[in-house]
Amino acid sequence: MSFINYASREINCKIVYYGPGLCGKTTNLQYVYQKTAPDAKGKMISLATETERTLFFDFLPLALGEIRGFKTRFHLYTVPGQVFYDASRKLILKGVDGVVFVADSQEERIDANIESLDNLRFNLKEQGYDLDKLPYVVQYNKRDLPSAMPIEEMRRDLNPTNVVEYEACATTGEGVFETLKAIAKLILIDLKKGK
Amino acid sequence: MSNPQMVMYEEEFQEINIVIERLLQEANAKVIFLVDKNGQLISGVGDTERFDTTSLASLTAGNIAATGGLAKLIGEKEFSILFHEGEKDNLHISIVGGRVILVVLFDSRSSLGLVRLRVKKSSDELSSIFDKLLKKAEDKEKRGTSDFPFAEITDDDIDNLFS
Repeated sequence: MSFINYASREINCKIVYYGPGLCGKTTNLQYVYQKTAPDAKGKMISLATETERTLFFDFLPLALGEIRGFKTRFHLYTVPGQVFYDASRKLILKGVDGVVFVADSQEERIDANIESLDNLRFNLKEQGYDLDKLPYVVQYNKRDLPSAMPIEEMRRDLNPTNVVEYEACATTGEGVFETLKAIAKLILIDLKKGK
Repeated sequence: MSNPQMVMYEEEFQEINIVIERLLQEANAKVIFLVDKNGQLISGVGDTERFDTTSLASLTAGNIAATGGLAKLIGEKEFSILFHEGEKDNLHISIVGGRVILVVLFDSRSSLGLVRLRVKKSSDELSSIFDKLLKKAEDKEKRGTSDFPFAEITDDDIDNLFS
Protein backbone atom coordinates (compact mmCIF):
# COMPACT_ATOMS: atom_id res chain seq x y z
CA MET A 1 0.00 0.00 0.00
CA SER A 2 1.72 3.15 -1.13
CA PHE A 3 2.06 5.99 1.33
CA ILE A 4 1.49 9.51 0.03
CA ASN A 5 2.84 12.25 2.23
CA TYR A 6 1.63 15.69 1.15
CA ALA A 7 3.52 17.30 4.00
CA SER A 8 6.96 16.14 2.89
CA ARG A 9 5.84 15.70 -0.74
CA GLU A 10 6.85 12.08 -0.93
CA ILE A 11 5.36 8.92 -2.26
CA ASN A 12 6.56 5.55 -0.98
CA CYS A 13 5.92 2.21 -2.64
CA LYS A 14 6.80 -1.35 -1.66
CA ILE A 15 8.14 -3.94 -4.10
CA VAL A 16 8.54 -7.58 -3.00
CA TYR A 17 10.85 -10.06 -4.74
CA TYR A 18 9.37 -13.54 -4.38
CA GLY A 19 10.60 -16.94 -5.52
CA PRO A 20 11.99 -20.31 -4.42
CA GLY A 21 15.07 -20.70 -2.24
CA LEU A 22 18.39 -19.79 -3.92
CA CYS A 23 16.69 -18.39 -7.03
CA GLY A 24 18.57 -15.08 -6.72
CA LYS A 25 16.23 -12.62 -5.00
CA THR A 26 18.93 -11.31 -2.68
CA THR A 27 21.42 -11.23 -5.58
CA ASN A 28 19.00 -9.00 -7.51
CA LEU A 29 18.92 -6.52 -4.63
CA GLN A 30 22.69 -6.70 -4.14
CA TYR A 31 23.25 -5.84 -7.78
CA VAL A 32 20.84 -2.90 -7.62
CA TYR A 33 22.59 -1.73 -4.46
CA GLN A 34 26.05 -1.94 -6.06
CA LYS A 35 25.05 -0.08 -9.19
CA THR A 36 23.01 2.71 -7.67
CA ALA A 37 24.50 6.13 -6.94
CA PRO A 38 25.07 6.65 -3.19
CA ASP A 39 22.66 9.58 -2.98
CA ALA A 40 19.82 7.52 -4.45
CA LYS A 41 20.00 4.59 -2.09
CA GLY A 42 19.84 3.86 1.61
CA LYS A 43 21.52 1.11 3.52
CA MET A 44 20.80 -2.45 2.42
CA ILE A 45 19.69 -4.61 5.29
CA SER A 46 19.89 -8.39 5.17
CA LEU A 47 18.44 -10.46 7.95
CA ALA A 48 20.20 -13.69 7.07
CA THR A 49 21.54 -16.83 8.70
CA GLU A 50 25.26 -17.45 9.17
CA THR A 51 25.29 -19.26 5.84
CA GLU A 52 23.82 -16.21 4.12
CA ARG A 53 20.38 -17.65 3.60
CA THR A 54 17.68 -15.03 4.03
CA LEU A 55 16.02 -15.51 7.40
CA PHE A 56 13.42 -12.76 7.45
CA PHE A 57 13.99 -10.26 4.64
CA ASP A 58 16.42 -8.07 2.72
CA PHE A 59 15.54 -4.42 2.47
CA LEU A 60 16.81 -1.73 0.11
CA PRO A 61 15.33 1.77 -0.07
CA LEU A 62 15.74 3.59 -3.39
CA ALA A 63 14.94 7.16 -4.35
CA LEU A 64 14.16 7.34 -8.02
CA GLY A 65 13.66 11.05 -8.47
CA GLU A 66 10.72 13.41 -8.68
CA ILE A 67 7.41 13.26 -10.48
CA ARG A 68 5.35 16.43 -10.42
CA GLY A 69 7.25 17.70 -7.41
CA PHE A 70 6.82 14.48 -5.44
CA LYS A 71 9.86 12.46 -4.40
CA THR A 72 9.35 8.90 -5.52
CA ARG A 73 10.77 6.25 -3.23
CA PHE A 74 10.69 2.52 -3.65
CA HIS A 75 11.30 0.08 -0.86
CA LEU A 76 12.61 -3.23 -2.18
CA TYR A 77 12.08 -6.34 -0.07
CA THR A 78 12.92 -9.99 -0.61
CA VAL A 79 11.23 -12.87 1.15
CA PRO A 80 13.03 -15.93 2.55
CA GLY A 81 12.61 -18.51 -0.19
CA GLN A 82 12.93 -21.71 1.82
CA VAL A 83 9.63 -23.51 2.17
CA PHE A 84 9.53 -23.58 5.97
CA TYR A 85 9.72 -19.79 6.30
CA ASP A 86 6.15 -19.35 5.11
CA ALA A 87 4.98 -17.40 8.15
CA SER A 88 7.66 -14.77 7.49
CA ARG A 89 6.80 -14.57 3.79
CA LYS A 90 3.19 -13.73 4.62
CA LEU A 91 4.28 -10.85 6.83
CA ILE A 92 6.50 -9.30 4.18
CA LEU A 93 3.70 -9.29 1.62
CA LYS A 94 1.69 -6.94 3.84
CA GLY A 95 1.19 -3.60 2.15
CA VAL A 96 2.84 -4.68 -1.10
CA ASP A 97 2.41 -2.49 -4.19
CA GLY A 98 4.10 -4.73 -6.74
CA VAL A 99 5.61 -8.21 -6.97
CA VAL A 100 8.59 -9.57 -8.89
CA PHE A 101 8.61 -13.35 -9.18
CA VAL A 102 12.18 -14.56 -9.62
CA ALA A 103 12.23 -18.01 -11.21
CA ASP A 104 15.27 -20.29 -11.18
CA SER A 105 15.85 -21.43 -14.78
CA GLN A 106 17.59 -24.68 -13.89
CA GLU A 107 15.58 -27.66 -14.98
CA GLU A 108 15.74 -29.32 -11.56
CA ARG A 109 14.16 -26.26 -9.94
CA ILE A 110 10.99 -26.12 -12.01
CA ASP A 111 8.91 -27.85 -9.32
CA ALA A 112 10.26 -25.46 -6.71
CA ASN A 113 9.31 -22.54 -8.99
CA ILE A 114 5.77 -23.80 -9.43
CA GLU A 115 5.36 -24.43 -5.72
CA SER A 116 6.64 -20.97 -4.87
CA LEU A 117 4.32 -19.31 -7.39
CA ASP A 118 1.34 -21.19 -5.94
CA ASN A 119 2.46 -20.13 -2.51
CA LEU A 120 2.67 -16.49 -3.66
CA ARG A 121 -0.86 -16.58 -5.02
CA PHE A 122 -2.17 -18.22 -1.86
CA ASN A 123 -0.40 -15.87 0.54
CA LEU A 124 -1.53 -12.80 -1.38
CA LYS A 125 -5.09 -14.02 -1.32
CA GLU A 126 -4.89 -14.44 2.43
CA GLN A 127 -4.02 -10.74 2.67
CA GLY A 128 -6.86 -9.76 0.38
CA TYR A 129 -4.80 -9.30 -2.80
CA ASP A 130 -5.22 -10.87 -6.21
CA LEU A 131 -1.97 -11.49 -8.10
CA ASP A 132 -3.76 -10.88 -11.40
CA LYS A 133 -4.71 -7.38 -10.29
CA LEU A 134 -1.37 -6.39 -8.79
CA PRO A 135 1.56 -4.89 -10.70
CA TYR A 136 3.51 -8.05 -11.37
CA VAL A 137 6.65 -8.99 -13.34
CA VAL A 138 8.29 -12.38 -13.90
CA GLN A 139 12.07 -12.75 -14.12
CA TYR A 140 13.69 -15.92 -15.44
CA ASN A 141 17.01 -15.87 -13.62
CA LYS A 142 20.22 -17.88 -14.14
CA ARG A 143 19.87 -17.90 -17.93
CA ASP A 144 23.63 -18.34 -18.16
CA LEU A 145 23.60 -21.83 -16.67
CA PRO A 146 23.93 -24.81 -19.03
CA SER A 147 20.95 -26.55 -17.43
CA ALA A 148 18.62 -23.58 -18.06
CA MET A 149 15.25 -24.65 -19.42
CA PRO A 150 13.87 -23.23 -22.67
CA ILE A 151 11.93 -20.01 -22.04
CA GLU A 152 8.80 -21.35 -23.76
CA GLU A 153 8.53 -24.21 -21.29
CA MET A 154 9.06 -21.93 -18.30
CA ARG A 155 6.53 -19.46 -19.63
CA ARG A 156 3.92 -22.20 -19.95
CA ASP A 157 4.30 -23.15 -16.28
CA LEU A 158 5.14 -19.84 -14.67
CA ASN A 159 3.59 -17.09 -16.76
CA PRO A 160 0.26 -18.35 -18.10
CA THR A 161 -1.27 -14.85 -17.83
CA ASN A 162 1.46 -13.34 -20.01
CA VAL A 163 2.67 -10.58 -17.74
CA VAL A 164 5.85 -8.65 -18.50
CA GLU A 165 8.84 -11.00 -18.26
CA TYR A 166 12.61 -10.70 -18.42
CA GLU A 167 15.51 -13.08 -18.82
CA ALA A 168 18.23 -12.39 -16.31
CA CYS A 169 21.54 -13.32 -14.81
CA ALA A 170 21.49 -11.55 -11.46
CA THR A 171 25.15 -12.22 -10.68
CA THR A 172 26.29 -10.23 -13.73
CA GLY A 173 23.32 -7.87 -13.55
CA GLU A 174 21.78 -8.76 -16.87
CA GLY A 175 18.03 -8.11 -16.74
CA VAL A 176 18.12 -6.83 -13.16
CA PHE A 177 17.44 -3.16 -13.82
CA GLU A 178 15.06 -3.98 -16.67
CA THR A 179 12.98 -5.97 -14.17
CA LEU A 180 13.08 -3.22 -11.57
CA LYS A 181 12.15 -0.51 -14.05
CA ALA A 182 9.26 -2.56 -15.36
CA ILE A 183 7.74 -3.18 -11.93
CA ALA A 184 8.27 0.43 -10.83
CA LYS A 185 6.57 1.63 -13.97
CA LEU A 186 3.62 -0.73 -13.51
CA ILE A 187 3.19 0.50 -9.93
CA LEU A 188 3.18 4.14 -10.99
CA ILE A 189 0.68 3.42 -13.75
CA ASP A 190 -1.46 1.55 -11.24
CA LEU A 191 -1.32 4.51 -8.85
CA LYS A 192 -2.39 6.81 -11.63
CA LYS A 193 -5.30 4.56 -12.57
CA GLY A 194 -6.40 4.05 -8.99
CA LYS A 195 -7.27 7.68 -8.44
CA MET B 1 -7.54 -4.46 -0.77
CA SER B 2 -6.92 -5.12 2.86
CA ASN B 3 -5.94 -1.62 3.91
CA PRO B 4 -6.96 1.78 2.68
CA GLN B 5 -4.27 3.94 1.15
CA MET B 6 -2.19 5.82 3.68
CA VAL B 7 -2.21 9.54 3.03
CA MET B 8 -0.69 12.37 5.08
CA TYR B 9 -1.71 16.02 4.82
CA GLU B 10 0.18 19.07 5.99
CA GLU B 11 -2.34 19.99 8.70
CA GLU B 12 -2.36 16.59 10.41
CA PHE B 13 1.39 16.27 9.95
CA GLN B 14 1.85 19.43 12.04
CA GLU B 15 -0.58 18.18 14.68
CA ILE B 16 1.23 14.86 14.91
CA ASN B 17 4.58 16.56 15.25
CA ILE B 18 3.31 18.75 18.07
CA VAL B 19 2.16 15.66 19.98
CA ILE B 20 5.39 13.72 19.54
CA GLU B 21 7.56 16.77 20.25
CA ARG B 22 5.74 17.14 23.55
CA LEU B 23 6.11 13.43 24.25
CA LEU B 24 9.84 13.76 23.59
CA GLN B 25 10.09 16.42 26.30
CA GLU B 26 7.74 14.83 28.81
CA ALA B 27 9.22 11.35 28.53
CA ASN B 28 12.78 12.69 28.49
CA ALA B 29 13.41 10.60 25.38
CA LYS B 30 16.22 10.92 22.83
CA VAL B 31 14.30 10.23 19.66
CA ILE B 32 10.71 9.43 18.72
CA PHE B 33 9.57 7.94 15.43
CA LEU B 34 6.18 7.24 13.97
CA VAL B 35 6.12 4.41 11.46
CA ASP B 36 3.38 3.00 9.28
CA LYS B 37 2.76 -0.73 9.83
CA ASN B 38 4.04 -1.31 6.28
CA GLY B 39 7.42 0.10 7.22
CA GLN B 40 7.17 3.65 5.92
CA LEU B 41 8.50 6.40 8.17
CA ILE B 42 5.80 8.98 8.92
CA SER B 43 7.67 11.38 11.14
CA GLY B 44 10.52 11.63 13.59
CA VAL B 45 11.58 14.14 16.26
CA GLY B 46 14.63 14.55 18.49
CA ASP B 47 18.12 13.52 17.56
CA THR B 48 17.01 11.88 14.30
CA GLU B 49 20.18 12.82 12.39
CA ARG B 50 22.17 10.15 14.19
CA PHE B 51 20.02 7.33 12.87
CA ASP B 52 19.29 5.63 9.60
CA THR B 53 15.60 6.39 9.87
CA THR B 54 14.51 4.45 6.78
CA SER B 55 16.12 1.23 7.98
CA LEU B 56 14.82 1.81 11.45
CA ALA B 57 11.27 2.17 10.13
CA SER B 58 11.49 -0.96 8.04
CA LEU B 59 12.96 -3.10 10.83
CA THR B 60 10.46 -1.79 13.37
CA ALA B 61 7.58 -2.75 11.10
CA GLY B 62 9.16 -6.17 10.53
CA ASN B 63 9.52 -6.56 14.27
CA ILE B 64 5.89 -5.63 14.92
CA ALA B 65 4.75 -7.94 12.12
CA ALA B 66 6.78 -10.84 13.52
CA THR B 67 5.53 -10.38 17.08
CA GLY B 68 2.01 -9.94 15.70
CA GLY B 69 2.40 -13.34 14.04
CA LEU B 70 3.54 -14.78 17.37
CA ALA B 71 0.56 -13.22 19.12
CA LYS B 72 -1.88 -14.83 16.72
CA LEU B 73 -0.22 -18.22 17.23
CA ILE B 74 -1.01 -18.09 20.94
CA GLY B 75 -4.48 -16.67 20.41
CA GLU B 76 -3.79 -12.99 21.11
CA LYS B 77 -4.90 -10.24 18.73
CA GLU B 78 -1.56 -8.47 18.91
CA PHE B 79 1.14 -7.48 21.37
CA SER B 80 0.55 -3.78 21.62
CA ILE B 81 3.79 -2.95 23.45
CA LEU B 82 7.34 -4.17 22.86
CA PHE B 83 10.28 -3.19 24.99
CA HIS B 84 13.94 -3.72 24.07
CA GLU B 85 16.52 -3.09 26.75
CA GLY B 86 20.08 -2.30 25.78
CA GLU B 87 23.21 -1.44 27.76
CA LYS B 88 22.72 2.28 27.25
CA ASP B 89 19.69 2.84 25.07
CA ASN B 90 16.28 1.27 25.15
CA LEU B 91 13.41 1.07 22.70
CA HIS B 92 9.76 1.29 23.63
CA ILE B 93 7.59 0.29 20.68
CA SER B 94 3.81 0.50 20.76
CA ILE B 95 0.92 0.28 18.34
CA VAL B 96 -1.28 3.36 18.08
CA GLY B 97 -4.84 3.10 16.86
CA GLY B 98 -4.18 -0.36 15.45
CA ARG B 99 -2.35 1.05 12.47
CA VAL B 100 0.67 3.15 13.34
CA ILE B 101 3.80 2.28 15.31
CA LEU B 102 5.24 4.67 17.89
CA VAL B 103 8.94 4.17 18.65
CA VAL B 104 10.53 5.89 21.66
CA LEU B 105 14.27 5.69 22.15
CA PHE B 106 15.47 6.59 25.63
CA ASP B 107 18.44 6.11 27.96
CA SER B 108 19.07 6.21 31.71
CA ARG B 109 17.89 9.82 31.94
CA SER B 110 14.39 8.43 31.64
CA SER B 111 12.71 5.23 32.78
CA LEU B 112 10.41 2.59 31.39
CA GLY B 113 7.65 3.64 33.79
CA LEU B 114 7.80 7.27 32.75
CA VAL B 115 7.88 6.40 29.04
CA ARG B 116 4.93 4.04 29.37
CA LEU B 117 2.89 6.63 31.22
CA ARG B 118 3.56 9.42 28.73
CA VAL B 119 3.16 7.17 25.70
CA LYS B 120 -0.28 6.15 26.89
CA LYS B 121 -1.46 9.74 27.04
CA SER B 122 0.01 10.68 23.68
CA SER B 123 -1.32 7.53 22.02
CA ASP B 124 -4.91 8.63 22.56
CA GLU B 125 -4.20 12.00 20.98
CA LEU B 126 -2.35 10.45 18.05
CA SER B 127 -5.08 7.91 17.60
CA SER B 128 -7.72 10.59 17.16
CA ILE B 129 -5.54 12.52 14.70
CA PHE B 130 -5.11 9.38 12.59
CA ASP B 131 -8.84 8.70 12.73
CA LYS B 132 -9.45 12.22 11.47
CA LEU B 133 -6.85 11.74 8.76
CA LEU B 134 -8.43 8.54 7.55
CA LYS B 135 -11.86 10.11 7.45
CA LYS B 136 -10.53 13.12 5.58
CA ALA B 137 -8.91 10.91 2.95
CA GLU B 138 -12.11 8.89 2.57
CA ASP B 139 -14.25 12.01 2.26
CA LYS B 140 -11.98 13.45 -0.37
CA GLU B 141 -12.15 10.25 -2.33
CA LYS B 142 -15.94 10.05 -2.06
CA ARG B 143 -16.37 13.62 -3.22
CA GLY B 144 -13.93 12.91 -5.98
CA THR B 145 -11.88 15.93 -4.99
CA SER B 146 -8.73 13.97 -4.40
CA ASP B 147 -5.79 16.23 -5.08
CA PHE B 148 -3.77 13.19 -5.95
CA PRO B 149 -0.57 14.30 -7.63
CA PHE B 150 -0.28 11.30 -9.92
CA ALA B 151 -3.64 11.48 -11.59
CA GLU B 152 -2.23 13.37 -14.53
CA ILE B 153 1.20 11.88 -14.91
CA THR B 154 2.17 10.84 -18.38
CA ASP B 155 4.25 7.94 -19.61
CA ASP B 156 6.99 10.46 -20.29
CA ASP B 157 7.04 11.50 -16.63
CA ILE B 158 7.53 7.88 -15.66
CA ASP B 159 10.18 7.23 -18.30
CA ASN B 160 12.09 10.31 -17.20
CA LEU B 161 12.58 8.75 -13.77
CA PHE B 162 14.73 6.09 -15.36
CA SER B 163 16.68 8.16 -17.79
